[in-house]
Amino acid sequence: MYSHASESLIKQAREIQVSELQKFYSRLMKMLQGKELGHDTVDSLQRLHLILSATKYTRTLPLELQKRFVALLSSPAEQHQVLSAAVLRETLPLTGQELNYNHQLNSHAAGLLLSQAVSKGDLSSLCTQLLRNLESRPSEGPTHSLMHTLPVLNSVLTHSPECLSEDQMTLVSKKLVDWLRYASVMQGVGTSSGGFFTGPRSRQPVPIAELDGSVSGDFFTVLCVGQGFTEDQWMNVYSFSMLRHWLLTYHSSCSTTVDADDRSEVDGSVVSMVSATSSSSRLLPPKERLREKAFQYCQRLIEQSDRKAHKKTDTELQKACLVEAVCILDCVCVEDASLVYRTFPCIKALFGRLSSELSYARVLLPIAQFYLNHGEIAAVDCENVWKVVFGRFPTELFNDPFLAHELLRFLRLNLESIELRVPQYTRYFPNLLKFLAWDSPAMVDDFVDLLPSMVTTGTAVELLHTLLDLPCLSATLVLQHRSTCLPISEPVGRSFVSLDAFRNPSFRGLFLFLLRTEAGSGDTMDRLSTLHELLVEAADWPRVTQCARTVPVLLHVFFNTIVTIADEKLLAHLILVMLERSSLLLNIPAYIKEIHRVFSCHLLRLCKLHPSLVVNQSHELLEFAGSTANVYSKEELYTHVVWVLGEYLSVSCDSRCSVSLITSCFEALEAVLFEITSSAPPTGKVCPAPKVINTLMSALAKLASRSHDLIPRVSLFLSKLRTVTRSGSVAWCSDEEDLVAIVTRGEELWSLLKAPGVAQSVLTPPPHVIAPQWHRDTNVALPLQLRALTSLTHSQ
Amino acid sequence: MVRCFLIHTVCPVSALSAGESRVLYSRVFGPDDGVLSERHRELSPEERRLLQKEKVAAVARQVRSAVSLSREASGRLIVETMPGEENLALQDADCGVVRLRAGDPFSEETSALWLGVQSLGFTLVCEPHENLLLAEGTLRNLTRHCLEHLHMLGQGSEVLLKSNRIDVLLSRLLPHGQLLFLNHRFAQSLEKEVAAYMAK
Repeated sequence: MYSHASESLIKQAREIQVSELQKFYSRLMKMLQGKELGHDTVDSLQRLHLILSATKYTRTLPLELQKRFVALLSSPAEQHQVLSAAVLRETLPLTGQELNYNHQLNSHAAGLLLSQAVSKGDLSSLCTQLLRNLESRPSEGPTHSLMHTLPVLNSVLTHSPECLSEDQMTLVSKKLVDWLRYASVMQGVGTSSGGFFTGPRSRQPVPIAELDGSVSGDFFTVLCVGQGFTEDQWMNVYSFSMLRHWLLTYHSSCSTTVDADDRSEVDGSVVSMVSATSSSSRLLPPKERLREKAFQYCQRLIEQSDRKAHKKTDTELQKACLVEAVCILDCVCVEDASLVYRTFPCIKALFGRLSSELSYARVLLPIAQFYLNHGEIAAVDCENVWKVVFGRFPTELFNDPFLAHELLRFLRLNLESIELRVPQYTRYFPNLLKFLAWDSPAMVDDFVDLLPSMVTTGTAVELLHTLLDLPCLSATLVLQHRSTCLPISEPVGRSFVSLDAFRNPSFRGLFLFLLRTEAGSGDTMDRLSTLHELLVEAADWPRVTQCARTVPVLLHVFFNTIVTIADEKLLAHLILVMLERSSLLLNIPAYIKEIHRVFSCHLLRLCKLHPSLVVNQSHELLEFAGSTANVYSKEELYTHVVWVLGEYLSVSCDSRCSVSLITSCFEALEAVLFEITSSAPPTGKVCPAPKVINTLMSALAKLASRSHDLIPRVSLFLSKLRTVTRSGSVAWCSDEEDLVAIVTRGEELWSLLKAPGVAQSVLTPPPHVIAPQWHRDTNVALPLQLRALTSLTHSQ
Repeated sequence: MVRCFLIHTVCPVSALSAGESRVLYSRVFGPDDGVLSERHRELSPEERRLLQKEKVAAVARQVRSAVSLSREASGRLIVETMPGEENLALQDADCGVVRLRAGDPFSEETSALWLGVQSLGFTLVCEPHENLLLAEGTLRNLTRHCLEHLHMLGQGSEVLLKSNRIDVLLSRLLPHGQLLFLNHRFAQSLEKEVAAYMAK
């Protein structure tokens, strides 16, 4: 599709020499002198466009040439308009140039003006011009001459709604009402299809039809068809296409997150009288009249969408219309709460009709929005809606990228409201995470925003386990997807052990647990290691590795959130989970390493915040730190566990810390240190990094400084270390520089421990020493002041 | 409203680095994002144009990344189709949505819907509160027309040399970025106009 030829064309366009370009300009100038533009001229104009647009740096056209293009914009031939607009868009507007506003602006010229607008004033003038043309239309104008008015207007609204004055808004509202509600119900003159039967009979006015072929019995909408269309029917389409945006912009109280309770009191009393008398809507002011007509139009669309369309594209349009209609109804109900009672029956019926149809899932999201916004006023039970949206959609449609995007967006935009009105939302995280497990790169952004809302003290532990098992969930979804796509007996290239396991009844429970929809049935499964073994080949499936890469990010979000709401008991439990799971992860090496890194970071953080956690969980931490195998398989995490033990296992952190506890910790660490410094690492493992050994030594020194009986034991070890290393290389350290660093550290600790009283304050300084106080600390301030003065007064 | 429509590469291009994308066609709708907000008022028109081009390039890059990750995950092989098999190419196309956060690159959050047809991506950047079902249908329709009228399944460069055809297509099916609720009859009528223009 994309060829070398295209690539070289772009290159040529960018690298064209100035002299050649000037020649091209003069050639063009000559070509454009005539009234008609031949094929050659058109080709040349296209080339000019390519030259101008291929580079991000602007080229300026010669003034004469640019003026010629401006003139060409008003040419009656569309090709001239298109080409000149395209060229002018890529250059700078002439200063002081004003397109002649008195002409009827064609669509392409209007587009150019729009893109070159530099101020709200420009946009206002454009609107004024368009609306003036709309009002004073010459009857001989071509059919589509004013179709672009509404889209251009809509575009202006997006960027600066204040460009329309009150009067202009009223005018447009009135026009919209006319086109939406009172468009012709007879078919327009179709393009002649020729043939046998053209004659007087075919010129009889024929009423419009519905999408299923039956004759239409009500006013014209976008879901009505005919052989041809009248102009007001076209305007009906354009009006409806911009209606929601118009209502959102000018019927200003339209916002999806408004708390409807407060507003209903006020609005209900003021407007109820007006809306109740819908038959006398002619007496309503334009804004309210438009609202009423929008309401009627949407109700009609909902009705029409129940018909069986003949064409597939029309069925898709019906779905889109349902979405739009429900959104507009939601909007008008937010504006006028009394309309809720008129609307709800219709929405409820729609929900009933569509809730079991997965192909209409995307229509159910605006319906859910409606229930969320207005369910409380109408005292309607919304339980079923949430069961479908949270319980069913992620289970069945996790692989629909558009549904995932829209559902997560719905959650993000309505989070506050959902947390208030749908408390069961937090229980559905196992289901919602399926979207992430299937398509991590596209969904991770949304989950970074949503995950904090899913973290509750009740489900925190289960959530942590679930996050750690996301790659397994990802693999399971792949298997589930393959299982439904492939017949059971067919061999698939490579044999999938995991696919067989997925279909095996004895392992069903494992996979069902992963695929559960709600939290609360258990933190994790017993046979986690079995599951990991079954899924070992999934470790290099792209979907699984993409998912694994997002888990660390989510873990950070999880821990950042949990520290704000958890009590010490829960944090202690989380530490235990971290220690336990550090060896229970799906075997993807990069993944395991990253998770250990995240665990280390947050273990440190939790212990810093609550130092007494270390004494509390000393048993489990010691068990972890006392196992030599952990030095080799989980180096990073091990180092941090040892560090927190050394740092926080003291009476000053928790009064329950006894001498015997310190001693037993010391002994456990000492044993490991002896082991790893007396022999080579086991086969297949690398030598422990100097950091591990230094941390162990420092921890021992810290503990000894708190219980002076232990000092001789440390000193003994450190002197032995010195002796051993003097004889040259050792089996447990491959790098000479590393060895030197270790020995140096050992000597520092040894000399420090010779003065036990000082050792404790140096190794574990009390908090007021390490927290900087800057100018508040008289000991620090003076030197700082002197230094500052010195540097100011000395010339160098 | 639709902010912009792009056609860009989603395959490796030798002249570019790995994650980059060559933009073959881009059309940004409406007034310039920066002009009416406080931030970029002091920029000259040249700088504004440059900024806009960079924004478009940023979108293309993000979509390119999304397309390659999606294709990697699904493991599907890209099958080259011949001219004449546009419907097949469209059926086989992968699709998705990229969430573009506020500021990256447009001032408010937008959604970039994309269709990956072999080595090219067709992207529609929609504003918030846009009807994405309608946008999806419109994107498919636009893509089909581009593939057909510009013979994009072949080796030609019409997408570069006949971009006025895309302009006209957009002016009918997506005028000034407005998504339209077109039933098959309205769509037929507009498509006839487009075909008549292309025939010239």
